[in-house]
Amino acid sequence: MTTAARRGRFLPLLYLLPTAVVLVPLFGYPLYQLGLISVFDYRQPQVSGGQPAEFVGVGNYTTLLSDPQFWSVLSTTVWFAAACVLATLAVGAALAVLLTRVGRVPRTVLSLAAMAAWAAPAMTGSTVWLFLFDTDLGLVNQTLGLGGHNWFYDRYSAFALVGATVVWHSFPFVMVSLYAGIRAVPESVLEASRIDGATVWQQFWKVIVPILRPVITIVVIQSVIWDFKIFTQIYVMTGGGIAGQNLVLNVFAYQKAFGSSEYGLGSAIGVVTTVILLAVTLFYVRAIRRQGEHL
Amino acid sequence: MKRPLANAAALLAAAVTVFPIYWMLLSAFKPAGEITSTAVRPWTWHPSLDSFERVIGQENFGRYFLNSLIVAGTVVVLSGLVAFLAAVALTRFRFRWRTTILVLFLIAQMVPVEALTIPLFFLVRDLGGTVPGVGLNTLGSLVITHLAFSLPFAIWMMRGFVAAVPEAVEEAALVDGASRFTVLWRITFPLAAPGLAATSVFSFITAWNDFIFAKTFIISAKGNQTLPAALQMFVKPDENDWGGIMAASTLMTIPVLLFFVLVQRRLVSGLGGAVKD
Repeated sequence: MTTAARRGRFLPLLYLLPTAVVLVPLFGYPLYQLGLISVFDYRQPQVSGGQPAEFVGVGNYTTLLSDPQFWSVLSTTVWFAAACVLATLAVGAALAVLLTRVGRVPRTVLSLAAMAAWAAPAMTGSTVWLFLFDTDLGLVNQTLGLGGHNWFYDRYSAFALVGATVVWHSFPFVMVSLYAGIRAVPESVLEASRIDGATVWQQFWKVIVPILRPVITIVVIQSVIWDFKIFTQIYVMTGGGIAGQNLVLNVFAYQKAFGSSEYGLGSAIGVVTTVILLAVTLFYVRAIRRQGEHL
Repeated sequence: MKRPLANAAALLAAAVTVFPIYWMLLSAFKPAGEITSTAVRPWTWHPSLDSFERVIGQENFGRYFLNSLIVAGTVVVLSGLVAFLAAVALTRFRFRWRTTILVLFLIAQMVPVEALTIPLFFLVRDLGGTVPGVGLNTLGSLVITHLAFSLPFAIWMMRGFVAAVPEAVEEAALVDGASRFTVLWRITFPLAAPGLAATSVFSFITAWNDFIFAKTFIISAKGNQTLPAALQMFVKPDENDWGGIMAASTLMTIPVLLFFVLVQRRLVSGLGGAVKD
């Protein structure tokens, strides 16, 4: 083997070295640690080193599984994420289709508005929406004459507002991706369907949607992943809600760990969230492979 | 749908979308009396910088802003360089674990980083005193954690841009006697740079918007706080200084908006590429 070829064999590993230096200790190791802490009784005395951590095996998990609050938070998380995903997709898809039917100026204006919402940090989005729905000084209550009404007392209206903020932040990604996809559909295909007498509705469901399926798959799974791990909006806008009525898994884990110093329990919740999201990821990988992406 | 109707619908959607931003700006510039009045005021004839002055004068706000810029800026530069090298390895070479590594990066994007806050908190705490610049209450701990979490996506995205650089150009330079290293930095890197711009938006935003790590790692040295966590301190259960919060939110949004505007075209084409890949 020549020197050049041998160097060629190690070169990619050399290029990957900086990545490994960052990812192994700061991603791989914490992931391993998360699993490890989740099987220990790890609380304030253990954290400060006063007592050794006690191995409890699946103890934290059985505690969780027998805790009705965990089940209610889990189902809330799934429902809330599902609602956010559906709303984001509906708004994003509708506006993407709309973009193909408007003039240049409205298209640019809507794109720029979407960019602004997309760019706004989750933190600022949360504060602005909080302000809009503030009890006394919020524009919504002032306009509707609902002075004194607190939207965050009620579980569902609080979730609806957080959901609206989430959709506002994330529909632009869906809109831009789908619009790019629709633009890539060959005009000849659309024309052929038109000649065959397809209505706009049929054209959308029977021609555009099947062609866009790969893009749609990615957008859906990406949204599922984002909406399942929402933290900032829930935490800032509701703080978990009255009596924890607006908790989702991530916030629940955070409160358990850093609020009640139940680090083992918090880690177990983190493991559950990770496992659920990894299951979604497997579908994601399969979906991309099926559309012919060469990994 | 008739076109005028569609145009009107699009403009309406744009108005609704941009409204919260408008309200944030307007409220930031309203004088105190109008903010605390319960009358509807969709416009102000008396714009004032009071809220900005109050926020900037309060609790090291300028310092927080600078901290956020330092963290996000460092993450962008480092993740760009590291991701570029990794992308070259994954597009230009065929080696044994290539597919496995790619799948791992993909999976890494799905791991809820919020869940890793607990082990990272202990890791950062234990690194304090051993690794210089890292530890609780340091900006370094934010830089390294965000670097880790932006890398998988940055590599995944950079891959497409590196692949788009014609290999013939690189080979021509090699034939002319340039070293592999020279080719990498003088030819491949500049040609893939537009992709780097699109990739950097995501790294920048991840680091700039971070709330949970800043809140968890920066616990006592308040001067080392970054913007999102500082902003949360302004939001109080009752008696919110909405003018100040909106001014702070405005200041926090401006850098991201500027970044978006600068790379807007590349962002969309990059996304289109990533999506249609």
